[in-house]
Amino acid sequence: MARKLNLRIWRGNKESGALQNVIVEANEGEVVLDVIHRVQAEQLNDLAVRWNCKAGKCGSCSMEINGKPRLACMTQVSSFPEGEEITITPLRAFPVIKDLVTDVSFNYKKAMEIPSFQPPVGMKPGEPRMAQVDVERSQEFRKCIECFLCQDTCHVIRDHEENKSSFAGPRFFIRIAELDMHPLDILRNRKKKAQEEHGLGMCNITKCCTEVCPEHIRITDNAIIPMKERVVDEKYDPLRWLGSKIRKREGIL
Amino acid sequence: MTIEIERHKYDILVIGAGGAGLRAAVEAREAGLRVAIICKSLFGKAHTVMAEGGAAASMGNVNENDNWMVHFRDTMRGGKFLNHYRMAELHAKESPDRIWELEMWGALFDRTKEGKISQRNFGGHEYPRLAHVGDRTGLELIRTMQQRIVALQQIDKAETGNAESNIKVFAELTITEILKEGGKVSGAYGYWRENGKEVLFEAPAIVLATGGVGKTFKITSNSWEGTGDGHALALKAGANLVDMEFLQFHPTGMVWPPSVRGILVTESVRGEGGVLTNTNGERFMFKYIPDVFKDKYADNEAEADRWYVDQDNNRRPPELLPRDEVSRAINSEVKAGRGTEHGGVFLDVSKRLSAEVIKKRLPSMWHQFYELAGVDITKEAMEVGPTCHYVMGGVEVEPDTAAAVGVPGLYAAGECAGGMHGSNRLGGNSLTDLLVFGRRAGMAAAAYVKSAGTTQVSQSAVQAASLRIQAPFTRTGGENPYKLHQELQEITHNLVGIIRTKTELDDAIVKITELRKRIANITVSGNREFNPGFHLSFDLDNMLLIAESTAKSAVLREESRGGHTRDDFPKMSTTWRQINNISSFDGTQVNVSQQPLPVLPKELFDLFDPHELEKYMTPEELAKGGSN
Repeated sequence: MARKLNLRIWRGNKESGALQNVIVEANEGEVVLDVIHRVQAEQLNDLAVRWNCKAGKCGSCSMEINGKPRLACMTQVSSFPEGEEITITPLRAFPVIKDLVTDVSFNYKKAMEIPSFQPPVGMKPGEPRMAQVDVERSQEFRKCIECFLCQDTCHVIRDHEENKSSFAGPRFFIRIAELDMHPLDILRNRKKKAQEEHGLGMCNITKCCTEVCPEHIRITDNAIIPMKERVVDEKYDPLRWLGSKIRKREGIL
Repeated sequence: MTIEIERHKYDILVIGAGGAGLRAAVEAREAGLRVAIICKSLFGKAHTVMAEGGAAASMGNVNENDNWMVHFRDTMRGGKFLNHYRMAELHAKESPDRIWELEMWGALFDRTKEGKISQRNFGGHEYPRLAHVGDRTGLELIRTMQQRIVALQQIDKAETGNAESNIKVFAELTITEILKEGGKVSGAYGYWRENGKEVLFEAPAIVLATGGVGKTFKITSNSWEGTGDGHALALKAGANLVDMEFLQFHPTGMVWPPSVRGILVTESVRGEGGVLTNTNGERFMFKYIPDVFKDKYADNEAEADRWYVDQDNNRRPPELLPRDEVSRAINSEVKAGRGTEHGGVFLDVSKRLSAEVIKKRLPSMWHQFYELAGVDITKEAMEVGPTCHYVMGGVEVEPDTAAAVGVPGLYAAGECAGGMHGSNRLGGNSLTDLLVFGRRAGMAAAAYVKSAGTTQVSQSAVQAASLRIQAPFTRTGGENPYKLHQELQEITHNLVGIIRTKTELDDAIVKITELRKRIANITVSGNREFNPGFHLSFDLDNMLLIAESTAKSAVLREESRGGHTRDDFPKMSTTWRQINNISSFDGTQVNVSQQPLPVLPKELFDLFDPHELEKYMTPEELAKGGSN
């Protein structure tokens, strides 16, 4: 059944902008991205929005819907009560380019700062043998679709531009955790670096990132907390400290 | 008015940042060249992320009888022997190495009990062959390639102080034209999507890796990016397209609710034991096993069910026939009135697997149906129907180098290249196609640049390209691009769809010609700042060329084969099997001519049982036994 929706869509660019009221039809089963496309095709031809797969797999259509970081393609119109206004705004943690499109280059810069995967020297293609249970820990983090909703919601940077230079954000903490738990990765001190160079210590585990993750990755429980605990253990426990010096890689203890 | 133009100089320009483009870029960079990667979206969002089931490579980890020859045979059968044999051969031989290489770059595939890369069953593949990560294999592939690019940039940064000294990613940039001088590639022209500013790339070699054309159709699994840019850029640059009539309608797209119509339901659902039924509860696929596949597929439920536990002594379930067969079967069931009210059939995996196993093996399918359709696939059936998924046709290339025939310096790999898959692609063959031919394109382009040197771009070519970008804003009184796009999709959907006839195809050609005049007069509102209407006006031009090439090729091919079904010519023709339809563009319209398909050489011919080849080839071809 079609219904009329009252949308308030933020329109503007880096200089200025404001919410614009739009009335649009919505059909049964539609998601917010569908109605944005209808507005674009019928009313505001130059309305800027990013999207690609429309199936929750690419993480392009990230925006804030009634103030919550969401994927527009996975947000059902029917989840809003009849008659309620729906407010659609760009991600707040990143600079606006135009309308609902923001400049997310911060994330690509941070990706560049994380040391890459490093396989054992001399290992040949086809040789690796790994148990399913061992790859699953990292696979959870590799489900990440890079929608950057966790980055957007994280209060360390959400309203604190000044923290951005020293804080990689939840997306990259799970990247570090993924490599740290990767059965083949041999690079040492990933957790220590997370703490000292990527701002892991600034996270005070409010779990906001986990809540917004459309892939339901347990960012805080499975990546951030275990890394924080190990860093603390290694720093204050002399035996563990010694162990980390003599073992081939850290994290085996 | 003078337009300010941003200029860049590279050795190689890779257009498209999906699996094929990134693999090409890695190879070219490792050959010591400077590479620019152009993506229409953000880096890492390309349509490769949508590939679900896996990447086919005959590693033999699950069934040791598998090898490249078996894979080659499956690929040729799947393509109904219209494949370029050399591409299918290279693909079958090199795929295992390309998968193992990904592991050295950090990819984490699911494992067998022995700790090797696990491989799953898929339609048309004789043995379990698809390396996979649950049902998000494409994401793993693109993320691994993306992270490999970053790793190389980190190495460059350590050496040169600049991470982008050898590879630079230009995200959210559209290329509108390939530039040539003296018949050879000299560069490309385009604009930043963010602000509409124009950009000139000077580069002696270009690798096209732009993916598919799905957005030309109404119901598609493709994102907005699948607008056939590489196909169209190649045509306009003087290259040819081969066999554009072959489009793969994936048998299982979502059909309800309407907003998700077309979104892919992975073939792994059937690989893992999902069963197709009509509204009478009948498992209908048994009725649709074509003669050529009768010895490989079970004709009764008991045997089909046994296959899931004992593959050596039972034939495969017919749900795992190649995609074209399953799509046609679903289409026939729905036409005969045995489809659901939404025009689909049922696909059910809940009766064979426990909820826990389904959520583990098909996590994103569970998620997709639960969140978008309110269906719990661990308890109930999915409703599915065909969706335009993949184009087998593409740029005509030299198999070993991926060089576009007729245009020195131009290369094409992945979905935008033609030949590899013949008339129908097997699931799982796409991801390894990207890697095998992406690498080959990068390698060949690098060798070409080293020997050919640079080519100057002329001022007149730049001016012409720039005028074209300005045009949509300078015109007045023209039509809205969104409306014209819808009209084009209606034409292709109604007249160039799964089942085709001469009358409808002729009608489509006339309507496309009329639409061309209106598209030439599009008017765009707003300014150049991130303006989707402006962007669509260029995509539309590309899609129009695709539609024209497809319709014109389809009307000529008087047979039904793979992804081309003619109601008026329902059988395969041994004559047409020996022919490729070649599209070229004369500046005004697409022209299609015929060209003989390269003949299987004797050593590949001998890999097949002669009785099987009888189903496809003429007695003369069989007597000859392949070429020498």
